[in-house]
Amino acid sequence: MEIILALGIGVLAGSGVWLLLRPRTFQVIIGLTLLSYAVNLFIFAMGRLRTGAPAILEVDRSGDLTHYADPLPQALILTAIVISFATTALFLVVLLVARGLTGTDHVDGAERES
Amino acid sequence: MIAWTDHLLIMPVVLPLVTGTVMLLIDERRHGLKAAINIGAIIALTGTGLALLGLANAPPTEPTATQVGVYRLGDWPVPFGIVLVVDRLAALMLVMTSVLALASVVFSLARWHRAGAHFHSLFQFLLVGLNGAFLTGDLFNLFVFFELLLAASYGLMLHGSGTARVQAGLHYIAVNLAGSLLFLIGVSLLYAVAGTLNMADLATRIPLIPASDRMLLEVGAAALGIAFLVKAGMWPLGFWLPSAYSVATPPVAAIFAILSKVGVYAVLRLSLLLFSEGDTNLAPFGQQWLLYGGMATIAFGAIGVLAAQDTARLAGFAVLISSGTVLAAIGTGHPGVTASALFYLISSTLAISAFFLLVELIERGRGPGADILAVTLEVFGEEGEVDVEAVEEVGIATPVTLAVLGLSFIGCALVLAGLPPLSGFIAKFALLTALLSTPGAEAVVSPASWALLALLIVSGLATLIAMSRAGMRVFWIPLERAVPQVRLVELAPIAALLLACAVLTVRAEPILQYVQATARSVHNPHTYVRGVLATPSEQSAPRGGDS
Repeated sequence: MEIILALGIGVLAGSGVWLLLRPRTFQVIIGLTLLSYAVNLFIFAMGRLRTGAPAILEVDRSGDLTHYADPLPQALILTAIVISFATTALFLVVLLVARGLTGTDHVDGAERES
Repeated sequence: MIAWTDHLLIMPVVLPLVTGTVMLLIDERRHGLKAAINIGAIIALTGTGLALLGLANAPPTEPTATQVGVYRLGDWPVPFGIVLVVDRLAALMLVMTSVLALASVVFSLARWHRAGAHFHSLFQFLLVGLNGAFLTGDLFNLFVFFELLLAASYGLMLHGSGTARVQAGLHYIAVNLAGSLLFLIGVSLLYAVAGTLNMADLATRIPLIPASDRMLLEVGAAALGIAFLVKAGMWPLGFWLPSAYSVATPPVAAIFAILSKVGVYAVLRLSLLLFSEGDTNLAPFGQQWLLYGGMATIAFGAIGVLAAQDTARLAGFAVLISSGTVLAAIGTGHPGVTASALFYLISSTLAISAFFLLVELIERGRGPGADILAVTLEVFGEEGEVDVEAVEEVGIATPVTLAVLGLSFIGCALVLAGLPPLSGFIAKFALLTALLSTPGAEAVVSPASWALLALLIVSGLATLIAMSRAGMRVFWIPLERAVPQVRLVELAPIAALLLACAVLTVRAEPILQYVQATARSVHNPHTYVRGVLATPSEQSAPRGGDS
């Protein structure tokens, strides 16, 4: 499972960085989104990988981390998802405005003369 | 401490949050009411900031008392709940934020606050983020406040719209979103290694981390550092800064002057807190990077100042010089140098803020393209034409507004270049003295200090040359221009900010003592750590020794 998660994070982050460096605004926004997925998975991995372990205390078991998954990274991811969702939505609006004002979807607002 | 002062600590976060939300409900056309609420809230914030400053600076009444004020949100015991912490450094930044905020809001009353929707609400949300970032004692909470202030700053950056702003805003948002992702990576790595996000708790746990995990820890700290340095605009991460700041509307640019200082603040607080407790082989982590990166930033800023084609960009590069100076001074790792750097930070931030406001006023009387013309004038050698006009101008009294603008410009130039009699000189002088007299094992001044010394002087010279060139072109050469229509409400904030610089000069001694005490406590975080961890919870018994 570790190798799958690691590969997943790697592929997402790699494609995210590549897209982030592309000249079209839409590619940039998709790149940022992929990067934020990779980061969220990364935070998850930082809480150690467990299968079948609940993150909430149960009545009949002792409150000891050998029985439970670490709940804190999961709370962090929730916050991070909300924040990156909001900022991505804002970025999308700016992208559309920039497209309307400059008439091009190049990040510099002008096509490079070739 | 008595009860109400305890709750004073949450005020800088709650007050702007409530004010901003309430203002969302008020109709957008009632500018006057909104402005009044906004200014009232900022004045209250300034009062709170000053009260906290007084509390943080007061000598402890009893020997066991700690000098940090701690506020536990929800009254959870310390390493589990989120805490807000105020010490001298945080209080200083709070007061500076509210002073700058007051100046820029008053300036915006003339016309800019009507240039787009929800200016006042966004402004208050920006203050929530700024104050929260200065106060928080929790790493993830710092991330949340950073995002809050960035989200508000995206809105303010685009305030007034226009192609140039949207274009620069696009880059600004993209850079900062990428920076935030790095921030998250750093935070989660630190959590994975140390198992806590409370800054004080982290400081006690980091020396105990086994050597096998140290690599991960350093990667995490480095990712976090890069995220902060993007905000601070360190070379080579700061290319976005001058273009974004120079096209933002003037009141927004004036408050953005403190935004880059948030990054500097976070670097100062965390690098000294996390890597100076106990373990000596961790202490110099990253300091060399700060020193040389800061020096590169000063050099880049100085070149940029000389090359800037218009006055707004000049101000943008002045921000870089200011950031670079403080970062390099932190990188030297001596409390004396840090103290002087803090004084420099206050004085340069006030002056840059005043300069951003001033730029718009002096540009107002000039046609588009006049800037380029002013700079290229000597290249094309249009001296003769100028002479003719100059003769005609003789005998015409300089209008009062131009005189006031000119004087303010000279004031800004003096502070930014570090010439007497204003506070810039004292700041630079203290910095140079501290660099030359750093106590240490070696009696000689290190080559890096000499290089920094030279760079500081050269950057002052570059600023002086650039500012006097811009000043001469703007005020002395009679290109076809009208006297700018300037209102008193626009001149007052600039005058107030420069007056603050003058006060810094006259009252330099107590302020220098304050920053020295600040630097000492920041360099010896034991008081901070003990103060935060020892705060008893009102409900639970003091926690046992599980650290």
